[in-house]
Amino acid sequence: MKISLATMTLTAAAAFTWAAPSTVPAVNHVPQMPHYRFENFTTANGLPDDHVYSVLVDGDRIWAGTDNGLAVYENHTWKTYTTKDGLAHRAVLSLALDRNTGDVWAGTMGGLSRISGGHIDSFTQLNSGLSNDVVYGVAVQGEDVWVATAAGGSRLNLRTGQWALYNERNTPMVEIWVYGVSASPTKVYYAVWGSGVLEYDQSTKTWDKYEDPDGETEMVLFKDQGLIHEITSSVSFVDKVLWVSTYFGDSRYDGRYWHNFLTKDSGLPSNFTNFVKGVDANHAWFCTDRGLAYYDGTNWAVYRPSLTTGRPEMTVRDAQGHVTAVPVTTAPAHHYILGIDFQGNDIWVATARGLSHGIFQN
Amino acid sequence: MRRQGILRVFVAGSGLTVLVCATILCTWIWTVQPVGAVVTGRVGERLTYPSPLEILSSKNAKQFYVLCNESDEVRVLDSATGTAVKAISVGHVPRGIALSPDGSRLFVTNSWDDTISVIDTGSLEVAATWKVGAEPSSVVEDRTGRYLFVANRISNDVAVLSAQTGAEIKRLAAGRGASYMAMAPDGGKVYVTHVYPNPSPHRTEPESEITVIDAQRAVVVDRIQLHGIAGVFHAAVSADGRLGVAAELHPKNLVPLAHLEHGGAFEDTLMLFGADVGNRTVEVPLDELERYAARPFDVAITPDKSHLYVTSGGSEIVTVIDVRRLLNYVQTHHAPFVQDLSASSNYVVTRIPVGRDPRGMLITDNGRKLLVANRLDDTISVIDTQTNRVGSTIRLASPSKLSVLRYGEQTFYTARYSFQGQIGCANCHIDSTFDGLEWDLEPDGFGRDIVDNRLIEDLKGTEPYKWNGGNPNLPTECGPRTEKYFWRSANYDDLTLADLVTYMLSLPLRPNRWRLPGYELSPAQERGKAIFDRAVDKFGAPIPLQNRCSYCHSGPKGTDQKSFDVGTRKLTDNSGRFDTPQLSNIALTAPYLHDGSAATLEEIWTVFNPEDKHGRTNDLTKDELNDLIEYLRTR
Repeated sequence: MKISLATMTLTAAAAFTWAAPSTVPAVNHVPQMPHYRFENFTTANGLPDDHVYSVLVDGDRIWAGTDNGLAVYENHTWKTYTTKDGLAHRAVLSLALDRNTGDVWAGTMGGLSRISGGHIDSFTQLNSGLSNDVVYGVAVQGEDVWVATAAGGSRLNLRTGQWALYNERNTPMVEIWVYGVSASPTKVYYAVWGSGVLEYDQSTKTWDKYEDPDGETEMVLFKDQGLIHEITSSVSFVDKVLWVSTYFGDSRYDGRYWHNFLTKDSGLPSNFTNFVKGVDANHAWFCTDRGLAYYDGTNWAVYRPSLTTGRPEMTVRDAQGHVTAVPVTTAPAHHYILGIDFQGNDIWVATARGLSHGIFQN
Repeated sequence: MRRQGILRVFVAGSGLTVLVCATILCTWIWTVQPVGAVVTGRVGERLTYPSPLEILSSKNAKQFYVLCNESDEVRVLDSATGTAVKAISVGHVPRGIALSPDGSRLFVTNSWDDTISVIDTGSLEVAATWKVGAEPSSVVEDRTGRYLFVANRISNDVAVLSAQTGAEIKRLAAGRGASYMAMAPDGGKVYVTHVYPNPSPHRTEPESEITVIDAQRAVVVDRIQLHGIAGVFHAAVSADGRLGVAAELHPKNLVPLAHLEHGGAFEDTLMLFGADVGNRTVEVPLDELERYAARPFDVAITPDKSHLYVTSGGSEIVTVIDVRRLLNYVQTHHAPFVQDLSASSNYVVTRIPVGRDPRGMLITDNGRKLLVANRLDDTISVIDTQTNRVGSTIRLASPSKLSVLRYGEQTFYTARYSFQGQIGCANCHIDSTFDGLEWDLEPDGFGRDIVDNRLIEDLKGTEPYKWNGGNPNLPTECGPRTEKYFWRSANYDDLTLADLVTYMLSLPLRPNRWRLPGYELSPAQERGKAIFDRAVDKFGAPIPLQNRCSYCHSGPKGTDQKSFDVGTRKLTDNSGRFDTPQLSNIALTAPYLHDGSAATLEEIWTVFNPEDKHGRTNDLTKDELNDLIEYLRTR
């Protein structure tokens, strides 16, 4: 399947525009969903760029991968790392924390960088075994750094320094444009744009593949019978449950059953989802082009500036599909959401127009 | 002249040289003048000398633990009398030693076994042996007894073990050649130093670092950047925690190596860090005009911080520094100080001659005595710090005669043969290896023929030497040309050169850490070997003989000992033909190519082989190139 990103974007926008049910005033039966007060960071208050591709919570530090450097927020101050500091490229697409060592890994448009003790080492397709310099995703599990690139997956073993590459020659991958990766001690998942989801079993060292049973179409003939679409954008494996985002809806897979989410039958504000992050087996956040969505296993909440007025907006959708507008005074910096991470009950959100700190209210 | 006679032992022909050297090793018994106090003969046997490298005191101060680098032992001495209590066998080539905070266990890093020996200090027996990373070189336990930190030189990391069980918890990325560690007096931080420079752009100043580890969380919290530095050895932190001092080499490898008479090869320096110097780094020289402190190794600071001591293995001295004067100098003068050969006179109190290749030190008796391990004459100098004189010398039990190899080793490590004693072989061949640097040597013309420093292990069968293949044998390499272009001093006498050559040819290849047990190849290594050996490219076209990896890099050491043009000539090179380097332990010796322009093995082919002259590789996919590199790492 060869569909350009622009085409996909237009298709998604045209065909799956969120047809929001008519909203009703808040009533007592509105499900209790988390409320946040959003504080937004832009170039006006310290970010090196408003376009934030990725965000990572590292204890009290917040890392923001922007289009113009890697920024870290600590003690109420932003510091920016650039290519002059050794960063592989100015555009930082993905971030991961090695919880063992405290090192931060950054996937950029020009390679993979490790930030350790304030110093950066970079790995590129020229100076290392990395398969491609465009690094869309990165995850650290034990001694392995798993990397999603524009030319397949890569794995760097930190102990041996050995690189292993995963592509159409040694996995069931059809396309090699790998957008996201999620690694656990038992399984590693790659979101492969146009090739569904690849699963690597850490114990058997074998690959499996999950594809859209409806094939390469935008139709959903058999809902919940498999992955919602081949055009996957990210994966999140938590509590043995796999959350998958695609540009045509999202999926949840518990190892036996699939459950898919579309705007027409869920609280998703858009089927075009850039990023998904599971909280646990039943709760997840979806970063879409039309807002940030939270799913608690039954109900949905959407946080965004209004698509029409720009005013802060929060809506809650219950199990019956009733959508309620909840009065709020703040919202994420933009409705085009690219990433999220958690800091206790707070959330940090990467958007196309700034980084947002969602401070939990209740 | 230390000998009664002179005998020419080498000739220009390499085969004859090897033969003669072997003859030296096997049959000669040569009577010589004593060197030091013990020498009574010069023998061709392969004798084992203790070679004390580090020294520690027991918790109750009743014993000294002496780490013996070549006899693979810890010698336990009675601290009052200096007499031997026991010799404890440990692993191969022990390099680091540390005592647990309660004094009950002694940890020894066995650098060629990749293990730690845990010695019960009560029974003086090895209680356990723990596996660690590649070439463990130093060890320290945190104050709470939770973690054991081990600096691994080859794997460039610090292993964090459970101090109780030895189970490895994690590895922390360190700099290149992680080798020595110092614990802050409050136990809060561990400072890690490195004998090799970190990667840096070609023909730029080397960069090293002090990796700072939070000992409680066992994470890297800082990397103190050391600009212009390659080769950092021991560090020490003052008792008040305010002054850190690291012993280091500051190479001048960007300028032609032609000005030894002007202090042109290395600065021997200290790097100061910590609150006493404003939490920045301040580099200060140890050298003084005509009095160099070649190859600084260990640093010891007195408990009252009045003085610090530095051993210099090449110069065979201990430099005594007045700390107050040192701090006053750096606070009242403007940096940089490093090239000012008059600076050290402001803070150096004296330089005390000790034994050969002095290494580790121990301050005892509340600062009144300083013990110095003299590695290459098997002695410990006991210095009275009040008079700054060697009061006595403890001689470890060792062979009564010096072998040819021992003479050669002493020659290799001393700086006494170079102009004003500035440098020795071991300056660039750290611990008989390499230094990770590129140099501009004089014979080829200033700014011409920049050359990468190569590993000198397992050299037999790899001649000719030099990247242009211009030295047919080691006597030529190490003899007249070294004397003229490096030492700029008097020639070695013939026997000294023969000793040196014999020693160098005896240097074994360290264990290859990429090989699987039993020399099996992993699937990736197997695939890489097939690429290395292939005669047909992926399109079915025959690969010309000279364009196959296995043609030039043939034989057990990966060299056919001939020169080829592999398309790597630079504008600064006089010729495009270069000697085929051996592949022995090639994974260790970055950077690569004749001039070190390839920072990694990958770059040899991803950057510097556009015309497929350095092997047919441009038909390979990235994963196939990775396989080839995995195989090369096993060589």
